[in-house]
Amino acid sequence: MALWLRAVFVWFAFLSGINSGMALADSIREFETPSQKVRYEQLIQSLRCPKCQNQSLADSDSAIATDLRDQVYRMITSNKSNTDIEDYMVARYGEFVLYKPVFESHTFFLWAAPLLFLSVGAIVFILVLRAQRKITETEF
Amino acid sequence: MIPELAHFSLILAMCFAVLGFLVPVIGVYQRDRVLARLSLPLTYLTGVFTFLAFLGLCYSFSVDDFSVLYIAENSSQLLPLWFKISAVWGGHEGSLLLWVLILSGWNCYVAFRSHALYEDFRGILLSVLSLISSGFLSFLLFTSSPFVRLLPNSPQIGGDLNPLLQDFGLIIHPPMLYMGYVGFSVPFAFAIAALITGKMDAQWARWVRPWVNFAWAFLTLGIALGSWWAYYELGWGGWWFWDPVENASFMPWLAGTALLHSLAVSEKRGLFKSWTLLLAIFTFALSFLGTFLVRSGVLTSVHSFASDPTRGTYVLTMLLIIVGGGLLLFAMRASSIRNTSYFDIFGKESWLLLNNILLITLTLIVFVGTLSPLVLEAMGSGRVSVGPPYFNLVFNPVACLLIFFMGIGPISRWQSTKPKYLLRVTWFPFILALFIATACFQFLLFEWLAFFAFTIALWVLIMAIRDLLGKAVTKDTTVFTRMRKLPKSRYGMHIAHIGVVISLIGVVLVSINSEERFVRLHVGESASVKNYQFTLSDMAVSREANFVSQKAEFNVTNNDVALGVMYPEKRYYQTRGQVMTEAALSTGFTRDLYIALGERYDDDSWSVKIYVKSFVRWIWLGALVMMFGGILAALDKRYKPRGEIE
Amino acid sequence: MKKVLFFIPFIALVILGSFFYFNLDRHDDQMPSALLGKSVPSFTLVNLKTNDIITQKDLPQGPYLINVWGTWCPACAQEHEYLMELSAKGINIIGIDYKDEMKPALDWLAERGNPYSKVIFDEMGRLGVDLGVTGAPETFVVNSKGVIVQRHQGVVNEAVWQSLKSYMNE
Repeated sequence: MALWLRAVFVWFAFLSGINSGMALADSIREFETPSQKVRYEQLIQSLRCPKCQNQSLADSDSAIATDLRDQVYRMITSNKSNTDIEDYMVARYGEFVLYKPVFESHTFFLWAAPLLFLSVGAIVFILVLRAQRKITETEF
Repeated sequence: MIPELAHFSLILAMCFAVLGFLVPVIGVYQRDRVLARLSLPLTYLTGVFTFLAFLGLCYSFSVDDFSVLYIAENSSQLLPLWFKISAVWGGHEGSLLLWVLILSGWNCYVAFRSHALYEDFRGILLSVLSLISSGFLSFLLFTSSPFVRLLPNSPQIGGDLNPLLQDFGLIIHPPMLYMGYVGFSVPFAFAIAALITGKMDAQWARWVRPWVNFAWAFLTLGIALGSWWAYYELGWGGWWFWDPVENASFMPWLAGTALLHSLAVSEKRGLFKSWTLLLAIFTFALSFLGTFLVRSGVLTSVHSFASDPTRGTYVLTMLLIIVGGGLLLFAMRASSIRNTSYFDIFGKESWLLLNNILLITLTLIVFVGTLSPLVLEAMGSGRVSVGPPYFNLVFNPVACLLIFFMGIGPISRWQSTKPKYLLRVTWFPFILALFIATACFQFLLFEWLAFFAFTIALWVLIMAIRDLLGKAVTKDTTVFTRMRKLPKSRYGMHIAHIGVVISLIGVVLVSINSEERFVRLHVGESASVKNYQFTLSDMAVSREANFVSQKAEFNVTNNDVALGVMYPEKRYYQTRGQVMTEAALSTGFTRDLYIALGERYDDDSWSVKIYVKSFVRWIWLGALVMMFGGILAALDKRYKPRGEIE
Repeated sequence: MKKVLFFIPFIALVILGSFFYFNLDRHDDQMPSALLGKSVPSFTLVNLKTNDIITQKDLPQGPYLINVWGTWCPACAQEHEYLMELSAKGINIIGIDYKDEMKPALDWLAERGNPYSKVIFDEMGRLGVDLGVTGAPETFVVNSKGVIVQRHQGVVNEAVWQSLKSYMNE
């Protein structure tokens, strides 16, 4: 499973004591404002690690996730907006990295579907109740 | 020799399953009672021979017979015995054998409990179950036999069980999950038999309900175990990821929950009959779809098996034949089914109708979210991910609405309830819940949906307790004699609902009241999260049977009160060259402390993730309570078979 | 009319089933690059061999390959020999030494031969990120107009090359 392969290298480095180019330090982040910290945490939760099976940047230990967390951090501390950061990631890794899909023509159904289901449900509910009332009226 | 015998036994099982499908059908149509009755021994024989095959594989695993390809790939002589046995279902082939074993087991149990059914009905019921068995047995034999030999060059050492699976949770998670998945084939078979024989009445509903409850209870447990396992084993502290494979098990659960409720209406009131049949088919179809998604490799997930399009095609074909046949039958026969009563807007029926509509909406939301990446890719729109932000946004509000109706439904009356009565019963618990929730949220991070969910949860809890006590307190008898007389199904319902409430409280609190920190520590340094202090006191490397371990030692204190020592670990499994993060957990009723070891830096410091997870246990505790409620309801005495009713 | 309603579930299943049936093996393990149809991103880095500044302006007139590699990457060692063959055939390959150190990288090229016409030393992996690289090895095909037309993740071998080759002339 590729999920674990990524970690193997880090481990080899640990066993043999060699420092690899891959495992860059993910030091404790310092933020100027608490809102930056919250934004950082939300962003790395909602961005998908492009290499992993199905993990967010926050959850993955892979080298690429570490690098991209660094990038998110740099962009947040240089006052880039969430949209800027998402656009930056999409330009390089595609829409795949967004756990929350964009709202565009090709994802229209995805976003419209819940509302559609709810409305159909509401219509069904009303129709069934009306049919029931008819039965009640005819029988009594 | 043993693998060949086991293989042969599996072939026999398949032959019996095919016969078990054909013979009763012929018997029923030729009005030949002897042939129809053969369905019983044929079902038992399928079960026995599947069991023998399974035993054979277990035996070969226990003696490290690496001349069998599947064992060579999934086991190792270094594994302890219990992992050798659980390695039987560590890969695709063996887990499918377990699946088939459980399927045959259910079928045998259905046959065993079937003496109260009409003979024709029983013949068709068992025939449908045998058809499903023969489908999966042939799938196993033709595409994924676990008994293929590696001769003459069989390896001396095994490739080892995937380290992710070398864990207690994984010994019991698949069997429980499969019990649930497979269990829904029984209501499906009941639905088909009802459509063919035209027997779809209150008695039919009473026959099916315990089966649905059991399957649902096992699926609840299976999903909870999977979530628990992912929580402590994957090492990043989440309990639900909206991963496609999780969703694949969640969809039949949602649909099965809807089925549970619509069956109640069909039994008590003779309503929603064709809808109930459709739900039985739908739930089974979703279990089947889950199998397809997981085993065909069309989805990218942490849990999926190696991809193989042949297997995918086989499962898909099976799904289309069995479910397609069922739905076609439904289309042709269900329109003639008549409902036998009516209700008005405040009747319990209408709340249950809402329950069903919302549950199916939720099922479809998960369905669309899970499958749209596949559809979009196939349509050439590129790769898209649908993850937690999507589901949290569209699923959670609808789920809250559903739980809101859970407060009203149980206390309303069949056919019609006076609105005044509903208002009178609900207002005080609601004010009380609002008051408690407001008080609690003085100490919590405020979020609207969380606050709303929390209030509803408390409200439902108060109403459930009130209903049980209220029913029990009457003038002529004491509380306890009355409580003993209340039917088990009523207790079951309330307990299951309370389980939902417990889980919901867990979900709300873990999401708004947890704290996590990602720190970098040298030995001797400490970090504090919430009011807990974690001191890294030691790091040590040791060799175990089949892995090398790097263990950290943390002393944990809570405001200077020592709580104990925690040992997060990294394991390196040599055979597969894999690294596992073994998080250290200190569990508690109101919080979990969770430490996951990261990587080592040049200066001998370590990155460490520390979480304080508020009330996370309640999520799984709630699932256990739900399961208990489901089983209790199934044991109600009105579902006991009462001799032949011919 | 009401009877027709009962056929809806069956029809839905047939539609869904045929969708899966025809798309079962469509699923591509290769993640399509987000840079297809775009030109190579701009960069200012160091040429590994000469230690001079190198930018996108120094890239050759296409078509050529960009190969992302590193001495820490076992699969890159596997692929190296085949890259040597390609280079011997006259294929222009630009190397990006991704998240690596200079000394081992130079040793690697001295030891195994150098298939690259130029090697860009991307120590911090910034160019890698701009290219949407998720690991090594990765190989990009750039056409004569300097536009990225294909990307392959993983080892390049004879079979992979046969499919990449067709993109070279686009």
